[in-house]
Amino acid sequence: MALEFNEQTKQHVDRILSRYPNKQAALIPVLHVCQEEFGHLSEEVVDLVSRTLSVPHAHIHGVVTFYTMLHEKKVGRHELMVCTNISCMLKGGYDILEHLEKRLGIKRGETTDDGGFTLIEEECLAACANAPMMICGSEYFLDLTPQKVDEILVRLGSVGSDSGSARPRRATPIPRKA
Amino acid sequence: MAWPEGKDIKIVTKNFGVPGSNKISVYMSRGGWQVFNKALAQEPAALIEEVKKSNLRGRGGAGFPTGMKWSFLPKDAPTTYLVVNADESEPGTCKDRELLALDPHLLLEGMLISSYAIGCKHAYIYIRGEMMREAQIVQNAIDEAYDAGFLGKPLQVAGGKTFKLDITLHRGAGAYICGEETGLLNSLEGKRGWPRMKPPFPAIKGLFDAPTAVNNVETIMNLPEIISKGAEYFAKIGMNRSGGTRIVCVSGHVNMPGVYELPIGIPFRELVFDVCGGIPNGRKFKGLIPGGSSMPPLDESELDVPVEFDALMTDPRIKDVEIKPGVPFDLGGGRRLKTMAGSGGVVVFDDSTDVVRLCARIMQFYAHESCGQCTPCREGSGWLARVCKRVASGEGRPGDVELMANVAGGIAGNTICALGDATAWPMLGFLTKFRADFEAKIRKVA
Ligand SMILES: Cc1cc2nc3c(=O)[nH]c(=O)nc-3n(C[C@H](O)[C@H](O)[C@H](O)COP(=O)(O)O)c2cc1C
Ligand code: SF4
Ligand code: FES
Repeated sequence: MALEFNEQTKQHVDRILSRYPNKQAALIPVLHVCQEEFGHLSEEVVDLVSRTLSVPHAHIHGVVTFYTMLHEKKVGRHELMVCTNISCMLKGGYDILEHLEKRLGIKRGETTDDGGFTLIEEECLAACANAPMMICGSEYFLDLTPQKVDEILVRLGSVGSDSGSARPRRATPIPRKA
Repeated sequence: MAWPEGKDIKIVTKNFGVPGSNKISVYMSRGGWQVFNKALAQEPAALIEEVKKSNLRGRGGAGFPTGMKWSFLPKDAPTTYLVVNADESEPGTCKDRELLALDPHLLLEGMLISSYAIGCKHAYIYIRGEMMREAQIVQNAIDEAYDAGFLGKPLQVAGGKTFKLDITLHRGAGAYICGEETGLLNSLEGKRGWPRMKPPFPAIKGLFDAPTAVNNVETIMNLPEIISKGAEYFAKIGMNRSGGTRIVCVSGHVNMPGVYELPIGIPFRELVFDVCGGIPNGRKFKGLIPGGSSMPPLDESELDVPVEFDALMTDPRIKDVEIKPGVPFDLGGGRRLKTMAGSGGVVVFDDSTDVVRLCARIMQFYAHESCGQCTPCREGSGWLARVCKRVASGEGRPGDVELMANVAGGIAGNTICALGDATAWPMLGFLTKFRADFEAKIRKVA
């Protein structure tokens, strides 16, 4: 059977649609909602979005591959995005990234075997005055040192274990009905 | 230079530090949601005149006069849009994120005033996808403004008419190029964020083909102050034809990095050595990037220039950016390139910094973010990233400096959007100001 939205998500999608003069404009907000609901944008999810918004599959693929936050494949429960752009680089951003590679036993761009962490080298994340920094979900971790990074890893769910809180499910705010 | 209330004057950060500043009750207890009525009692054309007189200029990068931008929208269009650019992602820039988190209602009130002035009935805020927490805060503020009846309900305006505004928050999904205004509009329409050919400019054909004003968060947050205290007051803060304050985000090698609101016109030297407490660890100042990574850097001899839009483009104390030693780079029609105030992101680096590596990191960024539509930008940025990286890592070849200058010169001015210039300008700027650093690295190899 083809994938469908549950009742609550359906309402959420309808609210999003009511904020735009055409359906295609709702594409990225709806993809955000889908990614929170289904984890990643699999072929079935793309099909569901295509049916819901009357937008062709090919267009959706083009969009999904263009934006770094939209994933066709599964990512780790915690996506650690470490900035190495100029302000962070000047304050040791690469040291933080290398420290994380060592602690997690993976290279940038990879996911730990247990699916707990994905490590990403990011461009400027708009917290340059608090460099070096990284984000995980909606949380910003500022003025980092290797010690602080270790504490954060413990808090998020110790390295190698399967515990720890899941990714925030409702990152996309639900808009008003127009 | 006239700073009527001294240098401590705060306009867009006036509620920073107040507990709960992003709640409507706190905002209103500090005089918020009380200015828009004064604006709505005037005719839209009069408001646009007022904004022109205030000398408010865009805080997103180009410094374009806001009132003039609005006056380009046709007066009789049935539908127009205001789109607030909250995509903040120019390296070195970290002000809009704080503004959104700490005073979202000031933005919404500014949007109500701006929308009325240009006849927009549904305004959008395009917020960077990574800013999830900020998106939640702004959405809460929008909900509060609807509940209070400022949004979604007809309001009395001049001439016995009514005006109703809806505001929708739209999250991006990770792509630097969506900060460019036409890339942003395509993204908002559910497409890849590819910049559009101009003309037509958004003021004529923008979002959903309707006349559109795209403005930065900080720009719009100045509107309530301009209306409440008047254009003349606002114009007097600051200098030349740049009114008001400016947020500068200072990062890198200073003792007190931070987001500072200052009257336009403070000299860089004062900014670095007084406001930010100078250079740490007993090191010496080497250079700074004055307005986000796309702007040519300044060296120690250029620090007395004020942080002001026109000064950074024309002040004789700033050297011309050169295409080769002694030959100024031509921006077209003999115009010279110095630098620009850009996004307000000031990145300071000390004398221990490997400037070639710094420049290579900037080139890597633009190569990564090029959307690939134009050959000079797509190929040229890749070349610059590779060659600059090899010079940085000590594998440079004789002729690499000239090669980089030539490639950069071939990009600038030959692309659909300004990302091409944003790549070429800092490359040429670093070569002009710190040429010896590049040559020393290559000499070591040879
Ligand atoms: C590559 C590129 C990226 C940009 N990124 C941003 C951005 O993140 N935020 C922003 O406000 N303006 C950005 N701009 C400038 C916008 O195109 C536009 O000029 C600005 O939003 C207009 O608002 P203003 O007149 O209020 O400054 C960018 C421009 C370019 C060429
Ligand atoms: S200049 Fe670069 S980023 Fe801009 S449209 Fe052309 S290829 Fe894309
Ligand atoms: S450079 Fe790292 S947050 Fe801006």
